[in-house]
Amino acid sequence: MLAFIIRRLAQSVLVMLFVALIAFVIFRYVGDPIASMVGVETRLEDQEIMRDRLGLNDPAVIQFLRFVGNAMQGEFGISYRLQQPVTELILSRLPATIELAFASAMIALVFGVVLGVFTALKPKSLLSGAVMSASLIGVSLPTFLIGIGLIYIFSVELGWLPSFGRGEVVDLGWWRTGLLTETGLKSLILPAITLSLFQLTLIMRLVRAEMLEVLRTEYIRFARARGLTQRAINFGHALKNTLVPVITITGLQLGSVIAFAIVTETVFQWPGVGSLFITSVQVVDVPVMAAYLMFIALVFVLINLVVDILYFVVDPRLRVDGGSSGK
Amino acid sequence: MSSQDMTPAPAPGTPAPVAPPRPTGRLRRMLDSDIFYSWKRSPVTVIATFTALFLILMALMAPLIAPHDPFNPASLNLMDGFTPPASASAFSDNWFLMGADNQGRDVLSTIMYGSRVSLFVGFMATLFAVVMGMGLGLAAGYNGGMIDAVIMRVADIQLSFPAILIALLIFGVARGVIPANQQESMAIWVLILAIGLSNWAQFARTVRGATMVEREKDYVAAARIMGVHPVLILLRHILPNVLGPVLVIGTIGLALAIIEEATLSFLGVGVPPTQPSLGTLIRIGQQYLFSGEWWILFFPAMTLILLALSVNLLGDWLRDALNPKLR
Amino acid sequence: MTEPLLSVRGLTVEFPTRHGILTAVEDIDLDIMPGEVLGMVGESGAGKSMTGNAIIGLIEPPGRIARGEVLLKGQRIDNLPPDEMRAIRGRRIGMIFQDPLTSLNPLYRISDQLVETIRTHLPLSRDAALKRAIGLLDDVGIPDAARRIDDYPHQFSGGMRQRVVIALALCAEPDLVIADEPTTALDVSVQAQIIEVMKQLCAERGAAILLVTHDMGVIAETADRVAVMYAGRIAEIGPVRDVIKHAMHPYTAGLMGAIPRLGENLDRLSQIPGAMPRLSAIPQGCAFNPRCPRVMDRCRVDRPGLLEPVPGRRVACWLYPEEAQA
Repeated sequence: MLAFIIRRLAQSVLVMLFVALIAFVIFRYVGDPIASMVGVETRLEDQEIMRDRLGLNDPAVIQFLRFVGNAMQGEFGISYRLQQPVTELILSRLPATIELAFASAMIALVFGVVLGVFTALKPKSLLSGAVMSASLIGVSLPTFLIGIGLIYIFSVELGWLPSFGRGEVVDLGWWRTGLLTETGLKSLILPAITLSLFQLTLIMRLVRAEMLEVLRTEYIRFARARGLTQRAINFGHALKNTLVPVITITGLQLGSVIAFAIVTETVFQWPGVGSLFITSVQVVDVPVMAAYLMFIALVFVLINLVVDILYFVVDPRLRVDGGSSGK
Repeated sequence: MSSQDMTPAPAPGTPAPVAPPRPTGRLRRMLDSDIFYSWKRSPVTVIATFTALFLILMALMAPLIAPHDPFNPASLNLMDGFTPPASASAFSDNWFLMGADNQGRDVLSTIMYGSRVSLFVGFMATLFAVVMGMGLGLAAGYNGGMIDAVIMRVADIQLSFPAILIALLIFGVARGVIPANQQESMAIWVLILAIGLSNWAQFARTVRGATMVEREKDYVAAARIMGVHPVLILLRHILPNVLGPVLVIGTIGLALAIIEEATLSFLGVGVPPTQPSLGTLIRIGQQYLFSGEWWILFFPAMTLILLALSVNLLGDWLRDALNPKLR
Repeated sequence: MTEPLLSVRGLTVEFPTRHGILTAVEDIDLDIMPGEVLGMVGESGAGKSMTGNAIIGLIEPPGRIARGEVLLKGQRIDNLPPDEMRAIRGRRIGMIFQDPLTSLNPLYRISDQLVETIRTHLPLSRDAALKRAIGLLDDVGIPDAARRIDDYPHQFSGGMRQRVVIALALCAEPDLVIADEPTTALDVSVQAQIIEVMKQLCAERGAAILLVTHDMGVIAETADRVAVMYAGRIAEIGPVRDVIKHAMHPYTAGLMGAIPRLGENLDRLSQIPGAMPRLSAIPQGCAFNPRCPRVMDRCRVDRPGLLEPVPGRRVACWLYPEEAQA
């Protein structure tokens, strides 16, 4: 097991280096860093001096290593647009995104699994048909339209929930949370639902497909032949076996919630990392783009690791001495 | 594919049904095929097919059938702005079935032209992704070894990130690289490149898998021994076998590409405002959500939903029809 | 004569398909006496497994029992509500599946699967059930049962897993065990052991066995009586020795001829010409008529029912006088 985790860690480092390379290329070669930092009136000689001082004339390999070194210390330079350290910018907006992503991940997971199991167990019921059709419509609906639709219904027509922003936030020192105030919680509802719907349908369809597959297996037939109760078969044997592959994909999906937040944050003017990224793309604020890419990659790599370890815990076939006898 | 291959795989122990004798003649055979039968049997698919065809035809013939030319400043009258649906402007003789937008453009006409842009970008981006994914997938699957490892590793990494994020990055990079005076004219191609590049991995993975299976078959080995050129083997023997799955993901990919384009345009990083796609129209319409001019948003949004949904439904049906084992 | 443990009367299983209704199994009549081993042979697709599944009520939809009845000790069980049928499965009729590699849930320990099954059917505490489970594993010949019981299925070999499957089938002391090709997926070297364990344990417990297999050799060594199936119907049924020595149905005779005997010096193996028809294309009359060496005009028109020309032996063939019909 230890060997497995070490191998996984090594792979993660490789992935991070690969992404860092892309981030570096963007950071270094898209636009001219000097031109973005100084005014037009700066003399060429001075620019050249700055270039030297910032090490932009060093060999690319050295620059890349320096980039990686800085990145490991959380150092990504200064935003062209806001003239603030990028890391500071991202950290100040991180709580908003994490709270949103976490809330929608929970919604997606709970409803996704419950609905998936239900539609697999009762494939012929009317409700299942309705849920399945709704899910198909769900994956065909662009996230931003769902958001706009929800705003129209619950903010414009009914006036129940706010349509933008985070509401009041409470400063906990290093973390500004919206979860402790009524307006904060109310503001979270619509964006969280919007962000969750796509993942919810994916998880639901996945759980359903896996469950249907598992219900067809021989060991489920054998469980029936042994006279186990329907309950024990469906919610014990079948569900447990369903969840093993579901864990992987679901885990990865939760990672993409943070990335998908870009769209939702724009629709709801949510002051998170995603909307920061969008504005950066629009004005080609390269340091922020590079840092965001690294940040998302880190989130994915971490989630991947957790998922792998979880997989180990759940599936006994992987646990045995080297897995030589596993089939 | 012969009709016998299409019969659903029987449950264990279930006797396989035999098709009755078929009439001859190509059309007759097509109308009698299992694919057509399953299409006919699914009213949703039939409706989806006609909806998609209708929208595509409407987009293709926009210059011929659009009641107004929304991009000809001479024919626009700002005074027509915000005319509600199915009514005539209070200031001119113009009549608007779906109302007019803020600039007095006929919403129906902008939708027709907008669908053109959306479909063009969607088709081109999917084509790009298919060609690139198939090329790399065939190369990886046929050669194996190092090429395979590198290509699939990159595909894995990319697949774990949401397409929209990758498209945004590519878009941002392109913006930094392309000189400002060409950005407008290049925008649509940048968009196609960004969406295409963000979707190739799915195709590569599928094609590689199918290629590896085919490669091991005797007839391929025989062709190799006879000294047939690898490219010829790929084209003649392997390509036909991967077309089915590619068609399925291609159709679903088209829906995704259309949604992706709309999302990017909605975020303000897509097509230039002079060539609005459905996403741009929705972006414009969203500004009037609170002031009651719902038609500016509603009709483009419905068109986008219908387009994405009908293509998605077609893809879904195609997957089931070509993969009887999944039913 | 004692009352049969299980009686099947006119059992017919149908599958509706796009091209019409297929009859997978038709008009099956058979009895199994308490403690008896009844073999059931036939080519794949002849309906052997389907018959077993129909008896235990596990036919996958859209398949259904269209006609006939199944009686367990005189009580009809084919039309029971699902929950009552469930209580019979495992408790009064146990079942052994073909492939031990896929019959056990990979994520559950052997102990969990055994204890769960025991406690579903018997009012035992967890500890008592566990004790019983260890005893069962011992009985089926798993060495060091007390230690191995907490292992997962993948930690056992195929033969050992099939022993676990037998333990699971027997854990509530059923009256009848349906063994569906129990050795087909195993190495030849362990097949005999598994059959032996199964037969011995059932004999000790007085349980009858319905042994479904395509292996005539296994039947010859194990079964008391044998039912030969062809194209969804019983062709012949009778004591194993008699059927092997003096096959009455031409199909059975061909089947026996296809088994080479020791000491026989053949230039080539005999075989029945042609192949069993698909269930959608069963010919009119006797299903075997196109391949039958002794075919008569009547065989092409009327389907023979099961006749009893000799007491204890029944055969579906027009070669035998109709008056003797059972």
